[in-house]
Amino acid sequence: MEKVIIGKKLGMTQMFTETGELIPVTAILAGPCPVVQVKTLEGDGYQAVQVAYEPVPERKLNRPERGHFAKANIKPHRILKEFRLNNAAEYKVGDELTVASFQPGDAVDVTGISKGKGFAGGIKRWGFSRGPESHGSKYHRGVGSLQARDAARVFKGRKMPGHMGAVRRTVQNLQVVKVDPERNLLLVKGSIPGAKGSVVTIKNSVKA
Amino acid sequence: MDILQSLEREQLRTDIPDFKAGDTVRVHVRVVEGARERIQVFEGVVIARRGGGIRETFTVRRMSYGIGVERVFPLHSPRIAKIEVMRRGRVRRAKLYYLRNLTGKAARIEDIRRR
Repeated sequence: MEKVIIGKKLGMTQMFTETGELIPVTAILAGPCPVVQVKTLEGDGYQAVQVAYEPVPERKLNRPERGHFAKANIKPHRILKEFRLNNAAEYKVGDELTVASFQPGDAVDVTGISKGKGFAGGIKRWGFSRGPESHGSKYHRGVGSLQARDAARVFKGRKMPGHMGAVRRTVQNLQVVKVDPERNLLLVKGSIPGAKGSVVTIKNSVKA
Repeated sequence: MDILQSLEREQLRTDIPDFKAGDTVRVHVRVVEGARERIQVFEGVVIARRGGGIRETFTVRRMSYGIGVERVFPLHSPRIAKIEVMRRGRVRRAKLYYLRNLTGKAARIEDIRRR
């Protein structure tokens, strides 16, 4: 069964395992996420569930959004996301997705928007090596040669300075370390994309 | 309350005695050898405590056959079975790294005098 949930990255800490190893973990405040709409093959041409996260006052939403929630008889939420699940038909409108569906030891994929780094040079963005700092060197953090002279042009895809970060990224195969249904907490081993407080989606891993 | 802090707090051990740099302690460490588990004792002078929360560690230094041996233990590790405080030392620093350069009589630490 495919599982999915929306959450908020709280930050990282460390935890002792039973064998006494200290491992890095990321805490995610996830769910509860009500199912707002189920898309079916017959009606919509594809299978998906639409879930909501983080309740907000009704005045924060515009009229179409209010109507959408009212139709499903669900309180207004800030975030609406759709997930294409093969078992979407098993869900009903009004079902609540909680962290309780995950268990310690599960492998999950976490998707989020990575931290923006602004306009970054070749060293930070692509791991280029730098030039000497002194001894008469005037070449410090440049990108170096762009192409052989015979090519007479620069091929597409050349790694160059530019905007870095703030893109959708998925970290695959993270191990669930702890689940706390009372506080809606999910702890996964390792780091996940995004800043503290950013919205992430957690799915069971495609690799597992 | 910050959830991250409360997560760490839940894991902190409450059975840790109060000790600081300069004290002599006996650390009982659980050592797993295959399926068997036994307790190993490491006794020496605490020369530093650093970090906070679940990340707090302490460094114990002892002289073993004339060679200085230092071990760093995570304070809240479940591998530590017990910490015994043997002596309380009177020192004027929080970090006693200078002991590494001293030997013999100079490396002694005076006991705390109680009234």
